[in-house]
This record gives sequence, structure tokens and C-alpha cells, in this order.
Amino acid sequence: MTKNKRDWNEIGKAPTGIPGLDDITYGGLPAGRPTLVSGGPGSGKTLLGVSFLVEGAQRFNEPGVLLSFEENADELAQDVRSLGYDLHKLCEEKKLLVDYIHVDRSEIEETGEYDLEGLFVRLEHAINEIGAKRVMLDTIETLFGGLKDTGILRAELRRLFRWLRDRKMTTVVTAERGENQFTRQGLEEYISDAVISLDHRVHEQISTRRIRVVKYRGSTHGTNEYPFLINRDGITVLPVTSLLLEHDASSERVSTGLPALDDMLAGRGYYRASTILMSGSAGTGKTTLSAHFVDAACARGEKCMYFLFEESPQQMIRNMKSAGIDLKRWVDKGLLTFHADRPNRHGLETHLLEMHHAVEMNDPDVVVVDPITNLMAVGTQTDVRSMLTRVIDFLKTRGVTALFTSLTSSSATLEHTEAMISSLMDTWVLVAFDTVEAQRTRHLFVLKSRGMPHSDTVVPFKITSQGFTLLPVPARSVRSKSRGPQTARRPK
Amino acid sequence: MTPGDKYVLRLYVTGLTPRSTRAIQAVRAVCEEFLAGQYDLEIIDVYQQPARITEDQIVAIPTLVKSRPAPERLLIGDMSDRQRLLYGLGLALAVVSSAAP
Repeated sequence: MTKNKRDWNEIGKAPTGIPGLDDITYGGLPAGRPTLVSGGPGSGKTLLGVSFLVEGAQRFNEPGVLLSFEENADELAQDVRSLGYDLHKLCEEKKLLVDYIHVDRSEIEETGEYDLEGLFVRLEHAINEIGAKRVMLDTIETLFGGLKDTGILRAELRRLFRWLRDRKMTTVVTAERGENQFTRQGLEEYISDAVISLDHRVHEQISTRRIRVVKYRGSTHGTNEYPFLINRDGITVLPVTSLLLEHDASSERVSTGLPALDDMLAGRGYYRASTILMSGSAGTGKTTLSAHFVDAACARGEKCMYFLFEESPQQMIRNMKSAGIDLKRWVDKGLLTFHADRPNRHGLETHLLEMHHAVEMNDPDVVVVDPITNLMAVGTQTDVRSMLTRVIDFLKTRGVTALFTSLTSSSATLEHTEAMISSLMDTWVLVAFDTVEAQRTRHLFVLKSRGMPHSDTVVPFKITSQGFTLLPVPARSVRSKSRGPQTARRPK
Repeated sequence: MTPGDKYVLRLYVTGLTPRSTRAIQAVRAVCEEFLAGQYDLEIIDVYQQPARITEDQIVAIPTLVKSRPAPERLLIGDMSDRQRLLYGLGLALAVVSSAAP
């Protein structure tokens, strides 16, 4: 037992430098050992391997050898140029060595016994030339197409992986997925240290790439399928943030923008870096309420980012002006940035990444996503939930206060539709209306607010040219339903 | 035969292993028998000269590269299959499966 435990701790990790991948592997690939990367055509195997080599060379001072059986150095360089990698430069600096081997059965005549010592000599020579610590074999199974004697090949590949292990090379071995197995030739038998599987799927015309750590001997790893993206910044695996719940909890409070609503939240508003869900059916005033919040934040000199999935920024500014909220002045001052996008333009992951990008670029204090329900339309429930978890995790880690609006179709399903996301939210404000005597009356109430005694009063309000006006509660005050002991607490 | 038609051959071996030794002997014998005076045969020991291995597409050892006349061909193995060796060098039109007299 003790021995096992020691082995567990002793396994070294070689960071890939790929955002997210090092999180789900808790530090990177097994150092000094081979990792199998398997996937179908176009799943991103080569890019993942090249990123591993380039990042290793650039950031971790670990030069790498790329033994390519499919593309020559120029073709590879071209492929990864769009990711911002300059292979030629790295090769000149002796941080990378690309060796292309072309094996074509039609040019080969087999005349007797042989071994693959040539491959070993080649690899050894390349490793010594630049003092490599990392190796990528892309795609070694091509040899099976070039050489007839699979018996020799298998024995030699087994020897090759052992040799790479003895030389303590952190190696990425790419392979095409076979039927019912990770590789066509069953290489997973020889590479038992770590297996990563890549996948490229299309669901309702939206394509998603996924990565899964199938196996990682001697290390814990995230076992889920994680979406990943390939774009101008290279490969990014989501979650970009950590898998743990470990963000700080701020006790600082921020105003909702409405003193009357602040009063309902123990008199001081939301917690900073908390998540707020604002839900209600169409036309109840969710956006106006969000605008109040943003307006107040900007007035404090905080930076806000407003993600719009329904309106254009111009429309939003115009509409809010009619409710007495001048958002344009904050845009002009550079405190408020809008980010409008059509929900169905990308898959969820791309949306998530764009949000990441925007947040990283602008470093806001407050983020509003309006409405989050439009994004839900482009993914399955599980996808949406996992994406939201990541967004929220990311925002919380950065100390951003995030407000999400949610459009409910009818009051009957009001609480049901949000069941999946409500647990991710710290504060939940509901806005609704009743029709009484041919008159619609709007009201809002705080359904939950973690960590504070909040009001359980249903408060009527009006939206006027001065924005939200909370009206005095009628004498016979209405109590919110559905909450347990917490709703019994009342603000002072 | 003009000098341009000369056979240019490179044989990659690993030291004096039995396989490599057999390959060297077989290639030399065939060359002397069929191409006397019309061939350049270079024997490259990749253990001694590892850098040279990248000059050709070598993975298997032994490998004989017939660089000229075109088309280039790679012959891998210990060259114990004389028929295939001859065929690969363009000295036989087809491979006769049963051992020829």
C-alpha cells in the first residue's frame, strides 16, 4: 500500500501548455513516458501534438523532435501557422527538429529479414542533435501501410516505446481511431501510460470537438468529455478554469441599482463576485432591472460587460433611455462594453470562449448575460449546464459579479425551466405580472439569496420614464411561496 | 553502357550484425555478377554515421537504395530472397516464387 502511494506521488508531469488540458490532467502528460492521442480524421491530433512540442520548446525549455510520417516540415509549418506557431523559426533555433519519413509500399521491395533499427537511429540522432525532451510520432501506424510484415512491426514498435521510456522522452503518439478500439493496429496495448481520445461531432448542425482522458496510469484525471476549440489562439480545452470549487467568497456588497431592491437584500444589495439570476416572462422588465444594476456599477466607476443575445446595443441603449437610464454615457466613457451575438451563430463552446476572451480583454467588474435562455436553445440541457458552470466558475474566480436574465415562457413553468441552472445562482430575483381588473400589475420578489437574510415580500413595481419604481407593499402583504425556513427571515 | 546509366546504390546497415553481413554479401554478389564495372555501391553503417540516415527514407535495416537508374526503389531486408533483390534492382522482369536454378 505504501509503495503504491509513493508511486502515485512520484509521477512527474510534463505540461502541454494547452489551456485546460493541463487542468484536466492535473499538470500535463506523464513525463518521460508515451501518451497515445487517438481520434478520427480531422479531430485535431496533429495540432494537439504540435502544440505540445511548440509550447514545450517555447515555454518549458524542452526541445522536441517531430517524426512525421504524413506531412513534411513545410506542410506542417503551413498547417500550424494559423495558430501563431512558427515552426521554421523554432527549427532554426534548434528547439524543434522535424524529420519527415515517407514510406510507400509501392517503392519498397522486401527481400528478407529486417528490423526498424533505422527508425531508432534516426530518432536517436534527432534527439541528440537538439537535446530533445519531447517527441511526437505522427502517425506511426502509417508504417503498417508501408511494410508487409506486421509481426516485425509490432515487435519493433513495442521495442520503440520501451526505448522512448528508457530515454525518458515525453512522447505523443498520434493514431487514427479504429473500429471498436482506439487505434487501427491496437497500439493501446503497447502504450499503457496515458490515452487521450479526440472526437469531432456534429449535433444539430453545430460541430463540437471533444477531448477525453481515457486513461492515465498513476494519476487522477478528469474523466468527462470536455469540449475543445481550435482557433487562432491554438487549442483550448474547456474548462479553462479549475475543476475545483475554490474561489474566494467576497463579503463586499454591491448595489442592485435600486435602493428599494437593496433593501430587500438585507439593505445592501448583492454580494460582489456572486451570481444573480433575474427571471420572468417576456416584458416583465428583466433587462431594465439589469440596466439599473449596470448603471449603478458604472456610476461607481466599475467596468461592465453586457452580453446581448436578443437585441443590438443600439436598440438596448434606445430602449433604456425611454426608461430614464442613460447607458450611452458609460459606453462613451469606456466603462460599458456591449457584446452582441446571435445565439445560433456558434456552438455553445465558441460562445463560451468568446465570452472568456471578451472578459479577459476587458477585465470587467460586472458581467450581464441577457438572456441566458437564448443560449440554452443551442445546446442540450447537460451542455448548457456544464457550460454555465464553467462560465460562472471563471467569472467567480476573477471576482466578477455576474447577472443572468432568464426568459420564462409562462408563469406556470416559471420555476421549473430554471431548475437546472438555479443551483448555480447565488441570488434569484423573479419578476412577474398579474392581470387584475384589466390592469397588469408587475411585481418582483427575491426567491433566494445565499448568505443573507432577504425579504420574502412580493413587491409591486412600475416601469416609468424614470425606470423602476418599487411601490409600497399593500397592507395585506403577499408572502412568497415555495421557500422553507429561509423565507421566514426578514430584513430589519 | 554510358556513365549516366551507372547504377548508384546505397546500402544502409548496422555494424556487423549477421543480418547486415548477409545483406552486404548478397548485394555485392549480385552487383559483381550482373553489373560488374557499372555500379557504385556505398555501404553506410548508420551506427558510425547516424547523420547520413536522413538522406534517404530509411526506417528498416538493412535497406538498399537504388538511386539510379530511375525510378528510385528501396529494398529492405537481408537480401536473402535473391529473386526479389534482382526484381527490385530491375535485373529481373518478375519475381519467380519458386527458387530458380
